[in-house]
Amino acid sequence: MTKGRFGDFGGQYIPETLMSELYALEAAYEASKRDPDFQAELTTLFNTYANRPSLLYFAEKMTRELGGAKVYLKREDLNHTGSHKINNVLGQALLAKRRNKTRVIAETGAGQHGVAAATAAALLGLECEVFMGREDTERQALNVYRMELLGAKVHTVTSGTATLKDAVNEAMREWVSRVDDTHYVLGSVMGPHPFPTMVRDFQAVISAEARAQILACEGCLPAAVLACVGGGSNAIGSFYHFIPDADVRLIGCEAAGRGIETGQHAATIATGAEGVFHGMKSYFCQDADGQIAPVYSISAGLDYPGIGPEHAWLHQSGRAEYVPITDEEAVCAFEYLAHSEGIICAIESAHALAHALTLVPRLPKDTSVIICLSGRGDKDVAAIARYRGRSIHE
Amino acid sequence: MSSVANGTPGTPGAPGTPDAPGATDTPGTPGTPGTPGATGTPGAPGAPVTPASSRIAGAFAEHKALIAFLTAGDPSLARTEEYVAALEKAGVDLIEIGIPFSDPIAEGPIIQQASLRALASGTTIGDCIALARRLRARTQLPLVFMTYLNPVFHYGYEAFFADCEQAGVDGIIVPDLPFEEKGEMEPFVRAHGLELISMLAPTSEARVARIAREARGFLYLVSSLGVTGVRESITTDLRPIIAAVRAVSDVPIAVGFGVHTPKQARELAALCDGVIIGSAIVQRIGASPATAAADLSAWLSPIRAALE
Repeated sequence: MTKGRFGDFGGQYIPETLMSELYALEAAYEASKRDPDFQAELTTLFNTYANRPSLLYFAEKMTRELGGAKVYLKREDLNHTGSHKINNVLGQALLAKRRNKTRVIAETGAGQHGVAAATAAALLGLECEVFMGREDTERQALNVYRMELLGAKVHTVTSGTATLKDAVNEAMREWVSRVDDTHYVLGSVMGPHPFPTMVRDFQAVISAEARAQILACEGCLPAAVLACVGGGSNAIGSFYHFIPDADVRLIGCEAAGRGIETGQHAATIATGAEGVFHGMKSYFCQDADGQIAPVYSISAGLDYPGIGPEHAWLHQSGRAEYVPITDEEAVCAFEYLAHSEGIICAIESAHALAHALTLVPRLPKDTSVIICLSGRGDKDVAAIARYRGRSIHE
Repeated sequence: MSSVANGTPGTPGAPGTPDAPGATDTPGTPGTPGTPGATGTPGAPGAPVTPASSRIAGAFAEHKALIAFLTAGDPSLARTEEYVAALEKAGVDLIEIGIPFSDPIAEGPIIQQASLRALASGTTIGDCIALARRLRARTQLPLVFMTYLNPVFHYGYEAFFADCEQAGVDGIIVPDLPFEEKGEMEPFVRAHGLELISMLAPTSEARVARIAREARGFLYLVSSLGVTGVRESITTDLRPIIAAVRAVSDVPIAVGFGVHTPKQARELAALCDGVIIGSAIVQRIGASPATAAADLSAWLSPIRAALE
């Protein structure tokens, strides 16, 4: 059993060429954790650039309409660049700079992580190249242009299924070729150690804030914390500081696409098997021969066949629950939040919201729940319109 | 109360039953190391030399070894058998058989596409083992599988290496299983008399001695940063790494990634014990599957000559 394990999950299943770099990255990361200058610089960027702390908003109207637990929304959608992804990229870009790397690369699905990485690179003066599946460059054309505006070069990935997993494959292949001057800003709590731990730590600011905020508002901990899960970075960030609070239910909502029974989904925990891919041991959607399965979700950000190893462990140990949410349920929740609270959230976040719509009415009124709104929904408006039969293109 | 997701890690996500012989119902929970199958030989250091290790050693015994890689089932298993026969005739000393994987992160476009062609033709792990069994019936060439960890993990380590032993496979190369992680698989490899081939890269620096001390069969030295492919020139100075290996181990060293000309082969052979040619072979197969067997024999002959 090696480093970076969550139970049996995690590890460093990566070509030999990258191993020395992973050791160096881990050492630099551990040093940065103990370095007050690094921490102060990151906190300053969080507070003065990324708009942290993010609000914990009491959704009063939604609470009244659902008639159960009080609903609080953790507003990561209000961060600079519009999602929680900025928390991680600022941390990693600072670290890359400190390690004298001149160039960062990133994979992206919906484009949120790519935009965040391009933003951090622009701010800190690093070259940036982003790998994005051809299918995603087409459905998220606006984000491609946004990354280019920020000075990044976007590579369209046509290999394999031309989606997020292939973008990760290509980013890893590029990293192996330029490991000397390039840092790979992985966008989620996945990949080989130290990424799942490092990305978790950068995203844990979400639950550090939320826990203090809910205690200030309610005087007690919430009954549940809900977040959507693809790779799982906003979810682990939302869960982390609540993990020791055994009475707080932690609920991850994964993409059931057109329905588990259709086979067109990305519900890794519900249908996947244990495996080893993209540097980690975890659960993966795969076929009977261990080939990684094509996955589908209306949400490009959840369209990934794996899940971070810490989630695999939280699932196996029973500490967290994972529920599948269909496209239809997510779209209904997306529309509901727009009507009821005047918030257009990311379709990814709408998966967590959808589960809350059924959970909250069944919880006592003197309890509360926190739902992480991981991102804003501007990027999804055209796709939702098309889903509802209105032909709108960006 | 919503139900906890019904994770059933023992059930493959796709419909259908594993059709591979010996496929296990409990992927990811291989048997306990140290309880090998009935025919297995405990692989403790100093265990008697097995036929597998002697076949691999034989590849390096007489001259600089020429190692050829090809992907099983590209474009069909019957063709793969034909190509292996041609490679043997061309003087290849060891065959690396790629078990296709959907997402081969260490491969460049040539081998990626070969993997996809092989999967598209329906090639399974079970097919690859059966292929090895057929090859073993007619040749004593060392046969080494090259694949990624997930298909083997999913099959189950014990079942996979028991089937490999029975088929006459001599070793395995797993590019996404570095030194640090090999402990979970190596006991099964050794228990069934196969060798786990270790890899070294230009970035291995401080790791060389540790890896070389435990290396068995041969050491696969990656020539350059990056993925597999055809390289015009190999610019890495491999001499310090090779010297560091020689200081602690007698294990043969073979260099791969990019090799495709007699000149490269000659220059590398002066430093090490063998060269590995993959992408250049796979490219010829992809370009003209029907004539590749004859083409490969002719194309390899100057490379073979350069190694003498």
